[in-house]
Amino acid sequence: MTAPMDVTGGDTQATPEAVVDASGGKAIQGRSLGQIAWMRLKRDKVALAGGLIVILLILIAVFAPVIVGAFGQDPTQFNSDLIDSSTMAPKTGTGISAEHLFGLEPVNGRDIFSRVVYGARISLLIAFLATLLSVVIGTLLGVTAGYFGGLVDSIISKTMDVFLAFPILVFAIALAGIVPDSAFGLTGDTLRVSLLVFIIGFFNWPYIGRIIRGQTLSLREREFVDAARSLGARGPYIIFRELLPNLVAPILVYATLLIPTNVLFEAALSFLGVGVRPPTPTWGGMLSDAVRFYTIPHFMFFPGMAIFITVLAFNLFGDGLRDALDPKAR
Amino acid sequence: MLRRRLGVAATGAVLALAVAACGGGSGSSTPSSSGGAAAGSDSKAEFNAALTQVVNPSDKKGGILKFANGGDWDSLDPGDTYYGYSWNFIRLYGRSLLMFKSAVGKEGNQLVPDLAEDMGTPSDDAKTWTYKLKKGIKFEDGTPVTSKDVKYAVERSFDKEVFPDGYTYFNDFLDWPKGYKGAYKSKDVNTDSAIETPDDYTIVFHLKQPLSNFDYFAQLPATIPVPKDKDTGAKYKEHIISTGPYKFEKNEIGKGFTLVRNDKWDPATDPNRKALPDGYEVSTNVNADDIDNRIIAGDLDVDVAGIGAQPAALGRLLSDPAMKANTDNPTSTRLWYTSINGNVPPLDNIECRKAVEYAADKVALQTAWGGEFSGGQIATSMLPPAIPGHEDFNLYPPGADNKGDLAKAKEALAACGQPNGFETNISYRAERPKEKAAAEALQQSLGRVGIKLTLKPFPQADYFALYAGKPGYAKENKIGLAQNGWMSDWPDGFGFLQQIVDSRVIRDTGGSSNISVRDPEVDKLIDQAMKETDTNARNALWTQIDKKVMEGAYVLPNVWTKTLLVRSKNATNIFVNEAYGMYDYLGMGVK
Repeated sequence: MTAPMDVTGGDTQATPEAVVDASGGKAIQGRSLGQIAWMRLKRDKVALAGGLIVILLILIAVFAPVIVGAFGQDPTQFNSDLIDSSTMAPKTGTGISAEHLFGLEPVNGRDIFSRVVYGARISLLIAFLATLLSVVIGTLLGVTAGYFGGLVDSIISKTMDVFLAFPILVFAIALAGIVPDSAFGLTGDTLRVSLLVFIIGFFNWPYIGRIIRGQTLSLREREFVDAARSLGARGPYIIFRELLPNLVAPILVYATLLIPTNVLFEAALSFLGVGVRPPTPTWGGMLSDAVRFYTIPHFMFFPGMAIFITVLAFNLFGDGLRDALDPKAR
Repeated sequence: MLRRRLGVAATGAVLALAVAACGGGSGSSTPSSSGGAAAGSDSKAEFNAALTQVVNPSDKKGGILKFANGGDWDSLDPGDTYYGYSWNFIRLYGRSLLMFKSAVGKEGNQLVPDLAEDMGTPSDDAKTWTYKLKKGIKFEDGTPVTSKDVKYAVERSFDKEVFPDGYTYFNDFLDWPKGYKGAYKSKDVNTDSAIETPDDYTIVFHLKQPLSNFDYFAQLPATIPVPKDKDTGAKYKEHIISTGPYKFEKNEIGKGFTLVRNDKWDPATDPNRKALPDGYEVSTNVNADDIDNRIIAGDLDVDVAGIGAQPAALGRLLSDPAMKANTDNPTSTRLWYTSINGNVPPLDNIECRKAVEYAADKVALQTAWGGEFSGGQIATSMLPPAIPGHEDFNLYPPGADNKGDLAKAKEALAACGQPNGFETNISYRAERPKEKAAAEALQQSLGRVGIKLTLKPFPQADYFALYAGKPGYAKENKIGLAQNGWMSDWPDGFGFLQQIVDSRVIRDTGGSSNISVRDPEVDKLIDQAMKETDTNARNALWTQIDKKVMEGAYVLPNVWTKTLLVRSKNATNIFVNEAYGMYDYLGMGVK
């Protein structure tokens, strides 16, 4: 995405490609990769909107108790009085009112708004932690494989192939089913969340690992690496001081793009009933409950929209970030 | 005794009459309601009218009735079918030794002779049962039906590898020779120790143990005669040789079939069937919501599975008074309940179990199961109202509004030595959203007195074999409460209670449906009931067993299920038969 030159030439800030500012006579400024990326990103309104929504979602997740508390609704509180006991639907159809912004769940009358807000915590927490796990494992192994090559590379690459061929979903269902209520010194929701983070994160590292390995393979032949090596630098130094800083861009981009995948994966697991145990609200779990009540569509709409918006926002932001950081588009 | 049948038996508002309703047995003098003569019944349609009377009575012959099934039959083979609706329907093309009368409400619970001349004659302390067959009954090809065909039918149904869907009553109770494997695999084995046929019109069953209610076995479809030379084993379901008023014309498994009149059926041998329509068109694997819409529109007559309107149609049917007037809401013999496992401390203390009984919000449970009309009636004991022996009692009244008596619950907790409540787990079948909703409702309502529940879903395939039903696992993993459900195969205390309250069915290896009831006195009473041949005395014993189980607070009854059935616009003689809990398919005709 090459930005068109600003032909009016009025605002230098908005024309990062203008290396020489002929009219001003100021000193020529060098710009770092970060500065250039930020400028490109600032001009990509779609990506910016995605980023804003991401920030908003994170704030919602962090301040869920405050937000929900402001409306006085508890996400696990039943409101049976507001439910018609013959059709199980809320008495007013959806139950949407000033107290219940998104209406009520059929059957037990829990407040959908507070459940969607609390659902953001589980979804984002699991997605972020799982991504972090994937990125850490993927980067370390990818760089190691790419830099050292040879036997190390073949072992790590073959392991990646094995992991890529692994039926994660089946394994996740089986593992989540057999792990008891308290294990590894953890219990309840903490255990379930850790388990999901492990399952999702541990099996997704090869994707990022392969990309990092490929980038490393081309980077290690560059002159600055040769220079470092000829000055006597050893493997770890080169990896951490020479290679990793140059890998930050792809890592950042793929991490951003991995998050929405993980949000969806967590929703799928919750939908299948192997996620966090009820009554803790999750978006996937709410969708799973809502399927039975497709004639009461607002129940499916709100958690569905929450997943949709989250995934879309992360994807838009991630795409914009990739375009901004992509050296080929520079 | 199975957990698979979809629907059985009904009662509406007339429950108060239920006590000792089984009364006179076959000699009952109640007027036959199967005639259109039910005078004075103006056919003005009302909600629940078909529970107590025949709607649109008529004796007009002719026309075609259209049935549809949301799924497919487990099998049309009489030796291999285990759904209530199928047992209701099979009477159109097969005749068993005895059958449930085609009559309204409670009268439908009555057994009447079909192939047999009369009810069974017990001898040898109810270990031997003899039936005499009517003469002049023929298969659709004109061959006369003999007792050997009935014997062969029971023998072939023994083979559960060929017929995996069926029940095992005959396998378990008859005195088969050692190592017997059924008619196909043990061809030349003499089975006279189990079933004797002294002549062509007599059949004698020999049991391993006394069984006072064997007549219910004799109404099972497995006693519908099968001609040995026409039997094709697992493929017999593709062409069944009829003995009833209708035979198969066309049968495409998975799509549907049509029935036409069987000219070899002699009405003189059959006082039970009126055979009004000229035929039946049945389609299978039809979308369930589509079925509801077509019945409401009048394109279709019956949802043969009898499971009632789907949630999509429910709101529409109930909100429009004209539509509601054309529906019936029978109660079935299915109970959804929560097992309270006395093996898991502190529930080993009866007071803690009582606290659970008192604290439960029965209204929330009812809503969780689907509400007042498609969920069920709030249950206060185990025996459903439609089963003779049911008595209305409530040992743990959950407050005036049915939402739980928290004061009583706290008293019980104090008496148990856990005044602040305790923590335990509740298990449910992960595939069943209603069980999950019920578990969540309990979590919420018990939480009010400090009983903290953690929800534990398990896959339903192994629910009884490996998890909630396995005593060791349940104890180790502290599964104090477990969602459970049961429906009887026929309206009788034995059929309903034996498998779920007899502690001797609990095995360490798991698999039993009884998870929690361990009371030697209950076991003793069951033995007594199985020997008692007097119907009234036997039903009184089952009432007593029900009370004993509730006194021990081993079970928290949730609901007796109800379904909302929609009456056909074109059919005559519409009524609910309590034995099946759905419309009786034998009496219906076309306008």
